Amino acid sequence: MNHWIVLPLLLPMLVGSIIILGVNKDIAWHRTLGLANTIIVALIAGYLVYLSATGPIQVYVLGDWSPPFGIVMVLDQLSAMMVFITSLLAVFCLIYATRGADKLGKNFHALFQFQLLGINGAFLTGDMFNLFVFFEIMLLASYGLVLHGGGVKRTKAGLHYVILNLVGSSVFLVGVGIIYGTLGTLNMADLAVRISMASPDDAALLQAGGLIFFAVFALKAALLPLYFWLPNTYGFTSAPVAALFAVMTKVGVYVILRVYTLIFGEHAGVAANVLHPWLLPIALVTLVAGAIGVAASRDLGRTIAYLVIVSVGTLLAVIGTFSVDAIASALVYMPHTTFITAAMFLIADMIRQQRLDAGSTLTPDLPVKQHRLLGLLFFTGAVAIAGLPPLSGFTAKVMMLMGVQESSSVAWIWGLVLVSGLMGLIALGRAGSIVFWKTLPLDDSGKGAYEKKPHESAPAFSLSYAFPAIALIAISPMLVIFGGPLTEFAHQAAAQIKDPVQYVTAVLGSDISALLNETEGGR
Amino acid sequence: MELLVSLCLGVMMACGVYLALRGRTFPVVVGLTLIGYTVNMFLFVSGRLHTNLPAVISPERLNYADPLPQALVLTAIVIGFGMIAFVVVLALRAKGELGSDHVDGEKEEVR
Repeated sequence: MNHWIVLPLLLPMLVGSIIILGVNKDIAWHRTLGLANTIIVALIAGYLVYLSATGPIQVYVLGDWSPPFGIVMVLDQLSAMMVFITSLLAVFCLIYATRGADKLGKNFHALFQFQLLGINGAFLTGDMFNLFVFFEIMLLASYGLVLHGGGVKRTKAGLHYVILNLVGSSVFLVGVGIIYGTLGTLNMADLAVRISMASPDDAALLQAGGLIFFAVFALKAALLPLYFWLPNTYGFTSAPVAALFAVMTKVGVYVILRVYTLIFGEHAGVAANVLHPWLLPIALVTLVAGAIGVAASRDLGRTIAYLVIVSVGTLLAVIGTFSVDAIASALVYMPHTTFITAAMFLIADMIRQQRLDAGSTLTPDLPVKQHRLLGLLFFTGAVAIAGLPPLSGFTAKVMMLMGVQESSSVAWIWGLVLVSGLMGLIALGRAGSIVFWKTLPLDDSGKGAYEKKPHESAPAFSLSYAFPAIALIAISPMLVIFGGPLTEFAHQAAAQIKDPVQYVTAVLGSDISALLNETEGGR
Repeated sequence: MELLVSLCLGVMMACGVYLALRGRTFPVVVGLTLIGYTVNMFLFVSGRLHTNLPAVISPERLNYADPLPQALVLTAIVIGFGMIAFVVVLALRAKGELGSDHVDGEKEEVR
């Protein structure tokens, strides 16, 4: 058993608890502990990616209770990649938060660590009930982080977010109850085996259970009827938190990918492919709604929040075809969209700070103080997010469009993905021109009438302040340069996801996974 | 017993949903609590209904109640308590900050 697997959970939990104990200590102490731990977790996550790419699926059996009875953590390529994305993103978000955003409330750093614990746990767990528990940890920490700093808008958006997610958690438990009641297990690998042998009498219950889960995951991923909480929550919360949350919707995408390929996939007998008719249309409608939101929003933060919805719609539309190539291309798109939307949240926050009157609202105001730095960052981010060459958005989108060619709804996917990219580009172009060009003529004191002067009292940012945003943007060309290994990794990961036998063998042993092959052959 | 239990669960869920759809934070919190209780009961029942059966394995007994749903329900109850406590505090804070107990923070209409 490899103990590295459980460290991305244990370290944030321990350090988070230590930070809570020292709540009244100096902020520097909080920052040092939080940052040091986040960096260590990112390094460990990097090692886990290496481990998953070079070896078979690894299982960590907590307390040595042999599966399916105990709790297992499963490390395959998909979960390793997601943990790595989260940890790397967390490092930059935390660095940005230490520039002052973390001082608005007392427990920011502890909550941040617990947030990491929840997200990493959701990626690594191999058990439906533990997925619920880690969701709750993630959500409780996120409630605290969303409200961090206070204010009327945040409280209102936070209230909606909390109430919706509480209902979501209840629905999740209903799904868990149905699945446990019919199959008698909650271990994902065991579920995959037992569902393949389930009797046709249980078909309706199992399918209902599968679709109830989808309702919850769709809420997490912000799919169409369930995304209305997102623009306000992400748009009004503090920038480092919004940037970290860029990965939260991907948790929803991850579990959809995991549950509907492993448990309700092709092997699932009476409940096989239960999501296939639903996912693609819903994702495409989400894409359209997100694109309309991007074009319609009058606030920079909300524009980017809608871009998160567009990215989720794109990802799930591509995944909705459930072919190996498409999933692989979605996995290439995943890090790109996560890092770039996070960077855009940070850039929007810096722009907001330098526009004292208008803030992040898209109305003409005095020019920002450092228009070169911020303009360049904003421009690069917009190019990356819209998917123009030479940045990673382009390569990832081309891969995705190629990946779905086999699908019967290829015309819809191509059309909507491309049009939504264009809408995003138009909206960001408009936002950029309002912020950087369409500025108010001011200084009516005599001859300076046409001289536009930025706010004197606005803060100026050094390069080290802007470092997290620059670094996140710089990941995009990296994804192009290392596109070869990344693509190869994504293809391996997609092949692994589409083959539940590997997963079941790793967790339950080859005797059990042989059953899975048998039922498939017998059908 | 099955009919009675399912009727109770149905009525509780209906009441919970009705309350949660009201626009005020207090009924919403009570509704969420009711929904939470219903779901916990449902999860408990997913281990089948028995009377007078132990969940702990002992050599003298032939049949056992399924212990797993009971363990799950315990966890779910604890999490539920934490969540409800959080919503109550948040609702109080929203009342203070927004000046209204409407979930949208809208001011009272004059009738």
